[in-house]
Amino acid sequence: MALRSLLSKRTLGLGFGQVRGLVTFSLPDLPYDYSALEPAISGEIMHLHHQKHHQTYVTNYNKALEQLDDAMAKGDAPAVVKLQSAIKFNGGGHINHSIFWENLIPTHEGGGEPPKGSLGWAIDMHFGSFEVLLQKMNTEGAALQGSGWVWLGLDKDLKKLVVETTANQDPLVTKGASLVPLLGIDVWEHAYYLQYKNVRPDYLKNIWKVINWKYASELYEKESP
Amino acid sequence: MVFQQLLLSRPCCQNPALLTTTDICRPLTIPSLHLRKRQSCWSRRSLKIFAFFGLTTPPYKLDALEPYMSREALEMHWGVHHRDYVDSLNKQLENNDPIYGYTMEQMVKFTYNSGNPLPEFNNVSEVWNHDFFWESMQPEGGKTPSGGVLQQIEKDFGSFEKFREEFVEAALTFFGSGWVWLVLKTQEKRLAVVKTSNAVNPLCVGDIPIINLDMWEHAYYHDYKDNRVKYVNIFMNHLVSWNAATGRMARAESFVNLGEPRIPVV
Repeated sequence: MALRSLLSKRTLGLGFGQVRGLVTFSLPDLPYDYSALEPAISGEIMHLHHQKHHQTYVTNYNKALEQLDDAMAKGDAPAVVKLQSAIKFNGGGHINHSIFWENLIPTHEGGGEPPKGSLGWAIDMHFGSFEVLLQKMNTEGAALQGSGWVWLGLDKDLKKLVVETTANQDPLVTKGASLVPLLGIDVWEHAYYLQYKNVRPDYLKNIWKVINWKYASELYEKESP
Repeated sequence: MVFQQLLLSRPCCQNPALLTTTDICRPLTIPSLHLRKRQSCWSRRSLKIFAFFGLTTPPYKLDALEPYMSREALEMHWGVHHRDYVDSLNKQLENNDPIYGYTMEQMVKFTYNSGNPLPEFNNVSEVWNHDFFWESMQPEGGKTPSGGVLQQIEKDFGSFEKFREEFVEAALTFFGSGWVWLVLKTQEKRLAVVKTSNAVNPLCVGDIPIINLDMWEHAYYHDYKDNRVKYVNIFMNHLVSWNAATGRMARAESFVNLGEPRIPVV
């Protein structure tokens, strides 16, 4: 519901504060109403996804970081290592969802409009056409077993666009340190179940109507070497 | 647990109807008898018979688990998700698949391929897991086991409460989709709680499953949204079938030496 205040340097709104020297993260506000993405994504899903799921990742991420801080202060190496999976999962969940909210925008504000400019040109060059890219992402997203994400990424080293999937809440960097996530689509069941039940392909087909290509284009131009 | 049905396929005629378990009650018509009245295009040489897996029905009506698991949730979970896995599996087996003809358990172990799963693994394992899941629940379930099963749990976990705690904690600490199991470990000859991700199954590593709980989001989202804690506790308190567990433990005792058999067979 709340409008996110514009910052001079556009950030992901990861939003963090500091308490006793330890950085804590907080849930970023959505730049649109929960029901603004209908009928592609229902208001009920957006509300649960943001207020419950993403909030849980943030809470557990902060908890894990606090425990990490304690373990490091005590020099407890086994505990530090043991916390890594919780940090990767919850931190990844926070990062991925923060990107996801930016990747979406209501149709009447430009959602679904194909990218023009350098990103549009790069898509045509690497994939043949915009439709082919969508097809590829839909296929990979539908084929993903269990929970995960499907990404359009920029490989900064190889200077090309890639379509990748990651499992669970693994961020895109786990597939390559030089990968920058331009666009991510959540294919965990909680992202679509209440509206699309088990028909993930329908969700993937419809979500393109609310994808914010302007954000992806700006990020591409910024990160392109 | 698995139901194989015969299906007559004739090359020149309409699509064969896929029999389901509900069709068993209807009289079986043999289409060839009708053909004799007209010009027969039926060639004996091209008759092929395929057997496919059918969707097994849960051992209770779909509304029998209310209010803990709603009828709508079961209609979706069993009627759509589970059915889709069965249909997808049959489609894969149709194409001269080399594993056609294996039993479910054989296919699960074989297609798991020591962690490099073959394409059929996901469908086979999910069909098996869901069959096992419906039978791991019963109306008026929950409470505590009795007799030999309780004794074995107390021996391996310390107490039933400690087992319950471990099971619930395992269910709530998932990093993705998967299943929680009470298994009988064949090597260590003891009960244990294990978590598996996505479609993986303890049969893959040679252990014997006793009870399972579906922790994929589709299993609880309809009734409980994101409230996994409530779902897991309700499963333990009201749904889990210790009768099924007793039967499975009794069978497991024939494969794993747990000492003098204490679990009643009758």
